[in-house]
Amino acid sequence: MKNIVKLVALLPLLAAPALAGSNATDWGKGAGDAAFSAMLKNSFHDKGIATLSRLKQDATQAFCSDPARATGASKAAVAARAKIEAENLATIKWPTDGKWLGDWKAGEKIAQSGRGMTSSDKAGEANGGNCYNCHQISKAEIAYGTIGPSLHNYGKTRGNSEETMRYTWGKIYNAKAYNACSNMPRAGHMGILTEAQIRDLMALLLDPASPVNQ
Amino acid sequence: MRLRLIACLALTAGLAAGGAARAENDQSIEGIEKYREALRDGNPAELFEAQGEELWKKPDGPKKASLEKCDLGLGAGVVKGAYAQLPRYFKDTDRVQDAESRLLTCKEKLQGIDVGPIIKAPFGSHEKDDMNALVTYISGQSKGMPVKVSLSHPKEKAMFNLGKRMFYYEGGPYDFACATCHGQSGARIRLQELPALATTKGAPVGWTSWPAYRVSAGQMWGMQWRLADCFRQQRFPEPNYTSDATIALSMFMSALSKDAKMDTPGIKR
Ligand code: HEC
Ligand code: HEC
Repeated sequence: MKNIVKLVALLPLLAAPALAGSNATDWGKGAGDAAFSAMLKNSFHDKGIATLSRLKQDATQAFCSDPARATGASKAAVAARAKIEAENLATIKWPTDGKWLGDWKAGEKIAQSGRGMTSSDKAGEANGGNCYNCHQISKAEIAYGTIGPSLHNYGKTRGNSEETMRYTWGKIYNAKAYNACSNMPRAGHMGILTEAQIRDLMALLLDPASPVNQ
Repeated sequence: MRLRLIACLALTAGLAAGGAARAENDQSIEGIEKYREALRDGNPAELFEAQGEELWKKPDGPKKASLEKCDLGLGAGVVKGAYAQLPRYFKDTDRVQDAESRLLTCKEKLQGIDVGPIIKAPFGSHEKDDMNALVTYISGQSKGMPVKVSLSHPKEKAMFNLGKRMFYYEGGPYDFACATCHGQSGARIRLQELPALATTKGAPVGWTSWPAYRVSAGQMWGMQWRLADCFRQQRFPEPNYTSDATIALSMFMSALSKDAKMDTPGIKR
């Protein structure tokens, strides 16, 4: 009993410096954890495949929902991000047959498609990669987004060393393994794309014959 | 149809001129911009404004009453300038409400209408179309007026804080938050430029131009519909119509838009 009391008394002391160190955001009056989760709980309904379970966050999402931690420069925030990256890196499934590149033509189609997993999509349909929503890729497609960097000439500038293959596969599979709070979806980890689709996207970016590298 | 044609023309012109892909895109955005300007003289939203005014004045529901005594925050029946000061705290409901939510309260209290079916009806239904026409009318009565949203009531302040927190809430299979797509200025999704909504510069770009007539869809959308579609793109479940999450986000964007001039009803891609 006595020990527990001591421990409880100690907790605030331990917790306070840790929190201050990581510079967690103070959301202000009325927006504490209890009020916020009550709002989430009361504000949504299931629609098609987009069910309420999607509001539940994993540890990475919870961490990245606090901009002070997601982008903060404090030592604690930097260390916490390194930990998140290590955890995400550990989730990556590397190609089972050791083959990195598929068909760039199929890859272009996947990169073009923004379909998938919304409340208006059906379960079981193949998802797109959404890549052009955020990236310039092939020069011929001029309707590209700019949330991510240009990937035009990606293979030409990066070459096709084992290291490049591995990084690119890993980035598409789980972008947060290399940048904890990247805006890029974790396409493999979250089951958005299959291994075969990732292989085709790899070819789009890295095959010397792909228009991306012309 | 016409928009697509003009956008295509602009794209082809860009290609013919050659140069960097970036410049071609800028040109096509310019093309769409010009089209928007041309449309400004005859925004189809005006039709919805007229329809909304009619609905406002028409006796309806079991009580056979019109909405003309509805208190949108500036007193019973005052429409002029009301939209520019919403969302706000209302004592009678003890809730922070946006225009849509307040309209539902008035339909319930003044007209005796059961608003459950209106809340549940899908966007594009006749129930929701009437709501969109009503907010289009109300918003038009604030055109040109500065946004004046109060954060003095504790519940208003709380709603703002909750909206801010919601804006950064990341989840779902794509790890998206509002901030993913609206967190930086100058970024685009495909050719669509997106304002940085968490800033005093970017928030008014979004806030002061909705409700808006969407040319590509041929529909009039209120902010509730705008947000529901963004949650769809976010791969989230659907927000309840006039839920606290959507009102909180509106409170966040409107308060950041303080003093910007309302340009409602707007017109969009
Ligand atoms: C919602 C936005 C978004 C989408 C969708 C997206 N990305 Fe990205 N991507 C980014 C951002 C932002 C970065 C750079 C920041 C980071 O994550 O490190 C990036 C980085 C990358 C990189 C690393 C570039 C480098 O130079 O190291 C690759 C490769 C990449 N993306 C490929 C893809 C592919 C392939 C797809 C489609 C399956 C895709 N991305 C979809 C936003 C996105
Ligand atoms: C995956 C991308 C994505 C996410 C996530 C997203 N939006 Fe959007 N948003 C868009 C796009 C694209 C548009 C432009 C209109 C369109 O094409 O649908 C837009 C338009 C808007 C506008 C109108 C802007 C203007 O210039 O008129 C507002 C306001 C807005 N979003 C708010 C939000 C809020 C709040 C959230 C979070 C609940 C959110 N969005 C989440 C993609 C997104």
